[in-house]
Amino acid sequence: MPGKLKVKIVAGRHLPVMDRASDLTDAFVEVKFGNTTFKTDVYHKSLNPQWNSEWFKFEVDDEDLQDEPLQITVLDHDTYSANDAIGKVYIDIDPLLYSEAATVISGWFPIYDTIHGIRGEINVVVKVDLFNDLNRFRQSSCGVKFFCTTSIPKCYRAVIIHGFVEELVVNEDPEYQWIDRIRTPRASNEARQRLISLMSGELQRKIGLKVLEMRGNAVVGYLQCFDLEGESGLVVRAIGTACTLDKLSSTAAFLPACNSPSKEMKESPLVHPPSHGCRSTHNSPIHTATGSRLTQNFSVSVPTLIYTGMGSGSAGKEGGPFKALLRQQTQSALEQREFPFFTLTAFPPGFLVHVGGVVSARSVKLLDRIHNPAFVGIMGNTRSYKLLDWNSFNSDEPETRDAWWAEIRQEIKSHAKALGCHAVVGYSESTSICEEVCILSASGTAAVLNPRFLQDGTVEGCLEQRQEENLPPGCGFCHIPYDELNMPFPAHLTYCYSCRKQKVPDVLFTTIDLPTDATVVGKGCLIQARLCRLKKKAQAEANATAISNLLPFMEYEVHTQLMNKLKLKGMNALFGLRIQITVGENMLMGLASATGVYLTALPTPGGIQIAGKTPNDGSYEQHISHMQKKINDTIAKNKELYEINPPEIPEEIIGSPIPEPRQRSRLLRSQSESSDEVIELDLSHGKKDAFVLEIDDTDAMEDVHSLLTDVPPPSGFYSCNTEIMPGINNWTSEIQMFTSVRVSRLSNINLTNQTLNKNFNDLCENLLKSLYFKLRSMIPCCLCHVNFTVSLPEDELIQITVTAVAITFDKHQAVQTTKTHVEKSLQRASADNEELLQFPLELCTDSLASHPFSPAKEHLESASSNSGIPAAQRAVSVEKASPLTEGHFRQRSAPACANSTVGVVKMTPLSFIPGAKITKYLGIINMFFIRETTSLREEGGVSGFLHAFIAEVFAMVRAHVAALGGNAVVSYIMKQCVFMENPNKNQAQCLINVSGDAVIFVRESELEIISAQQPIASCQPACSGGEIAT
Amino acid sequence: MTNELDIFVGNTTLIDEDVYRLWLDGYSVSDAVGLRVRSGILEQTGATAGVLQSDTMDHYRTFHMLERLLHTPPKLLHQLVFQIPPSRQALLIERYYAFDEAFVREVLGKKLSKGTKKDLDDISTKTGVTLKSCRRQFDNFKRVFKVVEEMRGSLAGNIQQHFLLSDRLARDYAAVVFFANNRFETGKKKLQYLTFGDLAFCAELMIQNWTPGAVDSQVDDMDVDLDKEFLQDLKELKVLVADKDLLDLHKSLVCTALRGKLSVFPEMEANFKFIEPCRSDRWPLNDVRLFLNQYSASVHSLDGFRHQALWDRYMVTLRSCLLRMYHD
Repeated sequence: MPGKLKVKIVAGRHLPVMDRASDLTDAFVEVKFGNTTFKTDVYHKSLNPQWNSEWFKFEVDDEDLQDEPLQITVLDHDTYSANDAIGKVYIDIDPLLYSEAATVISGWFPIYDTIHGIRGEINVVVKVDLFNDLNRFRQSSCGVKFFCTTSIPKCYRAVIIHGFVEELVVNEDPEYQWIDRIRTPRASNEARQRLISLMSGELQRKIGLKVLEMRGNAVVGYLQCFDLEGESGLVVRAIGTACTLDKLSSTAAFLPACNSPSKEMKESPLVHPPSHGCRSTHNSPIHTATGSRLTQNFSVSVPTLIYTGMGSGSAGKEGGPFKALLRQQTQSALEQREFPFFTLTAFPPGFLVHVGGVVSARSVKLLDRIHNPAFVGIMGNTRSYKLLDWNSFNSDEPETRDAWWAEIRQEIKSHAKALGCHAVVGYSESTSICEEVCILSASGTAAVLNPRFLQDGTVEGCLEQRQEENLPPGCGFCHIPYDELNMPFPAHLTYCYSCRKQKVPDVLFTTIDLPTDATVVGKGCLIQARLCRLKKKAQAEANATAISNLLPFMEYEVHTQLMNKLKLKGMNALFGLRIQITVGENMLMGLASATGVYLTALPTPGGIQIAGKTPNDGSYEQHISHMQKKINDTIAKNKELYEINPPEIPEEIIGSPIPEPRQRSRLLRSQSESSDEVIELDLSHGKKDAFVLEIDDTDAMEDVHSLLTDVPPPSGFYSCNTEIMPGINNWTSEIQMFTSVRVSRLSNINLTNQTLNKNFNDLCENLLKSLYFKLRSMIPCCLCHVNFTVSLPEDELIQITVTAVAITFDKHQAVQTTKTHVEKSLQRASADNEELLQFPLELCTDSLASHPFSPAKEHLESASSNSGIPAAQRAVSVEKASPLTEGHFRQRSAPACANSTVGVVKMTPLSFIPGAKITKYLGIINMFFIRETTSLREEGGVSGFLHAFIAEVFAMVRAHVAALGGNAVVSYIMKQCVFMENPNKNQAQCLINVSGDAVIFVRESELEIISAQQPIASCQPACSGGEIAT
Repeated sequence: MTNELDIFVGNTTLIDEDVYRLWLDGYSVSDAVGLRVRSGILEQTGATAGVLQSDTMDHYRTFHMLERLLHTPPKLLHQLVFQIPPSRQALLIERYYAFDEAFVREVLGKKLSKGTKKDLDDISTKTGVTLKSCRRQFDNFKRVFKVVEEMRGSLAGNIQQHFLLSDRLARDYAAVVFFANNRFETGKKKLQYLTFGDLAFCAELMIQNWTPGAVDSQVDDMDVDLDKEFLQDLKELKVLVADKDLLDLHKSLVCTALRGKLSVFPEMEANFKFIEPCRSDRWPLNDVRLFLNQYSASVHSLDGFRHQALWDRYMVTLRSCLLRMYHD
């Protein structure tokens, strides 16, 4: 028995009245883990029972500890009839299983019922004693840390970034089992919640095993998703990036600027020793989910696309051999990996060498029942986790969910190769399911990485030489990684506008965050492309074929829209690009979101030119010129709005234009065996100085019109879908995370692509307008990490879910960076404590000094010619924002309500809290809830129902974080919000899946106080007491 | 294209004070939208009517969900569903329990029963306060009344503790409870000119001095009822009017002391026993004060009068009340 789980039930409060006669409740509690159940005494006639139970002790394998949730059920005792359930609490005890996270879970948890919602609260204390276990053949992976954050978590240092880990498990969906016809909705919902909880636990454990095998100790950028395939089953899949993390010792962590020893002081700087790591053996297969079988064996692979930001050209003359060497070495480091993918979107300095562009792949599949004989056992009394472990079944089946993804990943890999890149960063996967059709999508950014983070042990000296280090910072990643003479697509290249040495493309699209050292001009903005395509209703193969045929056109149009809108903004690069294609019964929806910026390294974008095809018609021409003027005006206005005023660069500095690539043959060929008819789409729009839009029909006219309908946010508002807003770096401490959901019904009369597009566009624009209006009291503020999700729950319904965080900033204290690049790099060395301290200091200095070919002189020269760029601003990490944050910190605890016992828990989709320092990661939060109602009208209709449910989900997340001792959730994401209604039956159901990292943060202002008062503080910073107020 | 579902949920619950006021005032969503449009908000923010409609609906839904909690304010503080900064919680509670002057004057002193609730329609028409708002205010009175009715300790203190109201508002509620419990009819025509403030002032003094709690802080209902013993004892004071000798003596004492100081001396002499008529005779406030001071003080010089302490308990309160009520 390698572990002992101890649970104490303390008290309840605000319980619902269960006995109408007395207006009171006779409550007791069942505590269940695995197959063991304990009960408290009945506390008679009270809505605020004080059980104060003994410690219930469960002796269990740590494998179970990882898989199983602790299940607490509150019931009302009834002498004569069956006891009524009040509600349940599921507690994931995973955070207690590794030494650096939480040590105890203790606090008030909302008691949740899938039919009634939250019904009071229960106070629970949970502890785990882990025994040392020398069993070599263990299946647990306790000790591996999980982070949702897609960058190296603050207060850790990346020793090695190992790479991609993935896993998936499959099961029958209890909702579709025969027994569901005879059991109550509540029982069905609970079976589902429990199953998903079990499957997530198992999945996480298995990923953990893979990490240990790679000799890592953590997973960063962990993303777990559910595919509700309906009849065919339930898939839980996860991807992440395995790393070896080193806890930063506090002296290093809080050096100069913030000069405060943290609470981590006492903690060992060593990572949790892999006492039970690395030993896991293969006595059970690790690849699961091989059990699905496609009877029809239908699969369509959709033409894959490569987005540009391209250019051609080998590196500059001096750099050539080095680049080659670098590539060689990195390649060898990466080649051992099946998939050189990284789910990270932000990287240690120096990690990212070049970015090639976005690579994406989609595939349309037909779902079929996952034949899983094990599901029967779920009903029985056997231990359920075993039942999920059904690798032995169907292992001979060729087509599986696993294989589907492997196929897509292969494709992505080959696309990256075609772009001259050996790795894919900012990688993510998603699905869209409608009935039996499923679109699998994967996308990422092809990149060349510095191998020093990828390898074990000693850093191989020569590899640190990256010539980019010696160039003005912030342009290296823009330099093309592919061969100029062997371009994968026609593109337009120029010499880099920053260093003049390397070639850069005219536009750059990526899925990652803006690198912290990138130089940008002005501010960024959210750019969205929206598109609908009607599709005939069809069955099975015909349907899948129809979808596959539509996809390339959608991709093309989405890309065109993005390009147009980017140019309309006067910008030249997109970050955080996410394209979502949603499939419905009779339509496909495409929504692309990204953050546009003006990178100083890239050329100024040309304008948009409109050309008509009937030049003889006078009035038509007049119309054209009118449109042209409108477009030009918009571009001018946007440039002003986003402060895009790049320095004028004399022609001679830019140098002679790069000759046309001689060869235009496309080298890009998908290597994916499964796709039989891969067409390559050329999305680069050829080589045109100005972007010419030909409006030869009404369609194109519509397009131009729709371009101009996007209204900029009201003054004082900015928005982006990345972590940090380019051009804003002086955040104040007020944050507001929110979720907004809209479901719109289309009038079904004469639905055309045009009206559909307009409706969809209006829906998105109106939603944004509403957000700006609602948050107007926070001005000046920025909506960060704006995440739109589209789903098509029914024929004529479009659902849009938006989660984002609004952060205030100080308008008057914008950090103006008017210094030259050289000064900046010096400044960076001294001031950027955050970055530099997280990663070895020698990184920058070494590379500056030791590069034998370092063109230091030229560098200085070119830099000085660049000096005096007025508006160039470095996108600084927000953490070190401005000293003013302290001044803006408001302690808002009013004396009137000082007896409040509810501590404030912040939630944010970002990986940081402005004006604060994260001092401890307490573990991952991954929760799944179902809510159902049969009295929809009484609960305020669909809006009332969903509003209450989302508020409850937030509350449950906060309660779990608070119980872990935390005061915030970072990298929070609502991964799923599946809403179904049947107003005629007065019913509705909703499933929500959320995740994030529970953390303790301390305000920078408080850190100083604490450090002054108690240099070695080991206390947990005020999280449950409400001292830290928003 | 219509929005079937439209919601916004913040990790920190957004409270718009202006919309809250409209909701409290009992306006429907469409009325509230109309009023907001007229306030010029569209011009200020560049929003559309649709945005305003959606925003108003959203706030109304939030308030509707919060209302259940506002009925027991301590629950609002301890609940986990809505994360609201303490200052905002206080604002929500205070505004929810605030009442209209016009409304309270109609209901003050009446029994907080179903019968009165039925009259709310008329009260609404008469006062111009929406029926919805009248109901909320009435229910608030009733709820507070029920909770503190049989409690020990200070009335205002109990209200403050159980409803987390500000000091001022808690004292106002104490007055409402006091009047309702004692059924002091404040709706009489000649009392119409009195404001709630006047009456609340009097109630507070009466609670301070004339309830059992004024003597003993450990009795039940200490602040809610008038001290029965005290009322009984007051009969003893009748001697001051009933006994002709005493009355005359008292009168002469007062008159002597005030001669020359009062501008309305003749009237005072004539109206000795009746304070109310002073108003119709337009005595200046200062004269009334002088008179009352003298009136209560000279009793101490009446040798034949034994109830000095009782007189003071009676007169100190009465004098302050009368002075407060003495206005147009």
